Amino acid sequence: MSITKKFMYLNRKSSYGTVYAIESLEVVLIAAAFDQDVSLAFIDDGVFQIVNGQNTDGIGMKNFSKTFHALGDYDINKLYVSKESLDERGLNEDDIMPLVYEDEDDDWAEKPSVKVVSNAELSLIMSEQDVCLSF
Amino acid sequence: MLHTVNKSSFERNSLQSCINIIDDNSVILLIEDGVISCTNNANSEMIAGLAEDGRVYALQGDVDARGISSKVADNIKLVDYAEFVDLVVEHGTPVSWV
Repeated sequence: MSITKKFMYLNRKSSYGTVYAIESLEVVLIAAAFDQDVSLAFIDDGVFQIVNGQNTDGIGMKNFSKTFHALGDYDINKLYVSKESLDERGLNEDDIMPLVYEDEDDDWAEKPSVKVVSNAELSLIMSEQDVCLSF
Repeated sequence: MLHTVNKSSFERNSLQSCINIIDDNSVILLIEDGVISCTNNANSEMIAGLAEDGRVYALQGDVDARGISSKVADNIKLVDYAEFVDLVVEHGTPVSWV
């Protein structure tokens, strides 16, 4: 018997200054492999993880932002970004990577995975989860 | 004196602490997550005056890695690693605000 739980991964740090971001992404992929219901939230500096146009050539680190494009293939298509966190950092929705998934219930139509939400909406989504893991 | 700040101003108070202490001859170089402070954002006011005086630098590689190169504030100067060395030669051993 397999039990499916609702997992939310709360990403609060930017990508390259600490290992939190890449570790979170590893754990997200593991949860997906176990067919769990996975959501991702990006708040505070976590919003920088999915900013478009990252180029790590100059710092000698792996640009793992590309891995976010693979999440759709693992049925991870609920990515929530805090509107307030974007605003504070002078960012907007256009600065976020255009991540998509193919909806099997809609003839595999390509749909956006990222949704910019207010902190109030995010709080409601969090309250519906079985488990929230913070990174 | 040269001061390096490697933390986001949204995450730690390193940048604010640095600004509170440094003298009029000091310059700040933003590196690693410190470069998050080089765009126009809710914390920009913190370094606006220093930037206007041409005393704030940011490391290009770290800016590029974070996808914010098109958002760097006008009066913040981008430097590469070689120019980082030049800053050290000019201003002496850096103080790092971690």
